[in-house]
Amino acid sequence: MKKVYSTATEALEGLLSDGMTIAAGGFGLCGIPELLIDALVDSGVKDLTIASNNCGVDGFGLGKLLDTKQIRKMMSSYVGENAEFMRQYLSGELELEFNPQGTLAERMRAGGCGIPGFYTKTGVGTVIADGKESKEFDGQDYILERGIVADLSIVKAWKADDTGNLVFRKTARNFNPPAAMCGKVCVAEVEEIVPRGSLDPDTIHLPGIYVHRLIQGDHEKRIEQRTIREA
Amino acid sequence: MWDRNQMAARAAQELEDGMYVNLGIGIPTLVANYVGDKDITLQSENGMLGMGPFPTEDEIDPDLINAGKQTITELARTSYFDSATSFGMIRGGKIAAAILGAMEVAENGDLANWMIPGKLVKGMGGAMDLVAGVGRVVVVMDHTNKHGDSKVLKSCTLPLTGKAVVDRIITNLGVLDVVPGGLKIVECADGVTEDDLRNATEATIV
Repeated sequence: MKKVYSTATEALEGLLSDGMTIAAGGFGLCGIPELLIDALVDSGVKDLTIASNNCGVDGFGLGKLLDTKQIRKMMSSYVGENAEFMRQYLSGELELEFNPQGTLAERMRAGGCGIPGFYTKTGVGTVIADGKESKEFDGQDYILERGIVADLSIVKAWKADDTGNLVFRKTARNFNPPAAMCGKVCVAEVEEIVPRGSLDPDTIHLPGIYVHRLIQGDHEKRIEQRTIREA
Repeated sequence: MWDRNQMAARAAQELEDGMYVNLGIGIPTLVANYVGDKDITLQSENGMLGMGPFPTEDEIDPDLINAGKQTITELARTSYFDSATSFGMIRGGKIAAAILGAMEVAENGDLANWMIPGKLVKGMGGAMDLVAGVGRVVVVMDHTNKHGDSKVLKSCTLPLTGKAVVDRIITNLGVLDVVPGGLKIVECADGVTEDDLRNATEATIV
């Protein structure tokens, strides 16, 4: 089966519908699926629920989908880098569900692994526990968190082969594997698609079984906090 | 009284050879400057063990950032992993200690550091996972707020990051441990007496 598409728009063809849930990889602006986000903007799909650790910055990454008001709800752990986000949130246009970062990652991983819920100590005794089932194990309290299954996952990797096996680079891996795993369909964008057989099977980070469509393209890779020391 | 660097230096004494540690943003970040000869591996919860210093201009790599989204470098010991694995090692208690800042700490170890009602809420990031999961939680913060009110309280007024999670508090005035019944003075900062510390603290000192 052919997984490689020529553009992000082609790769999303037939996968989009208003009101759908999308899981997106990336941490801050690191390892975000820039090209697929642009294609979502072009598609005009709306009322999206997006599970992503952050929501980009003003005018870049998922922030572009805020500017066009295509997002109805975010499931995130930290959204502080985005003035338009705050404006829409405070005016009630945008719904926000805070998830502790590790809980969000595990909810994606679990959803992709057929685990509908799991118990965690994270958030016990805080507002995060409100309305959630709680259970004691070995004398300690835990809360029940649900696995996330998204209609679509969009992720970014460094390299892929044409069967969808993915290799990530440094901390750009972050949420991409769990986000990819939790989608009913996953579309990945990479910097380079190499012929099958040229990736060492022992070094593949995410097996191609999780990746249904694939594109190659150039990435801006914008840096959020450029911090240097003197040489 | 200790300044920011002295507080960081004192916090570095909490770290033991061989520890895997997560440092928060602000004064906790400075702790890395004071570990000396101890073999400490820093975790960055976005998916890295063995965090190195900030890069030189030539070394900047957009694929290599820390949890504060700053560009950083890797070390010979570095490993990378995904966010689920990263928080698996946090939740699983594999990280020996977290050193982090706080807005309020209570005498039972409650910690508030993520949200002020009525003000812009940016989110908890990984703080709730860290305080619930790591072996030991050390808070480094100023003892009082800008109005001079104690941040070391009988009970927190702000929404909690974690319940009964703090083990030790290091402030500009000294070091306090969370013990049954309240807080115990471990150490006073230079030029600070036990009475000074008691007077600046709302929490019960036992």
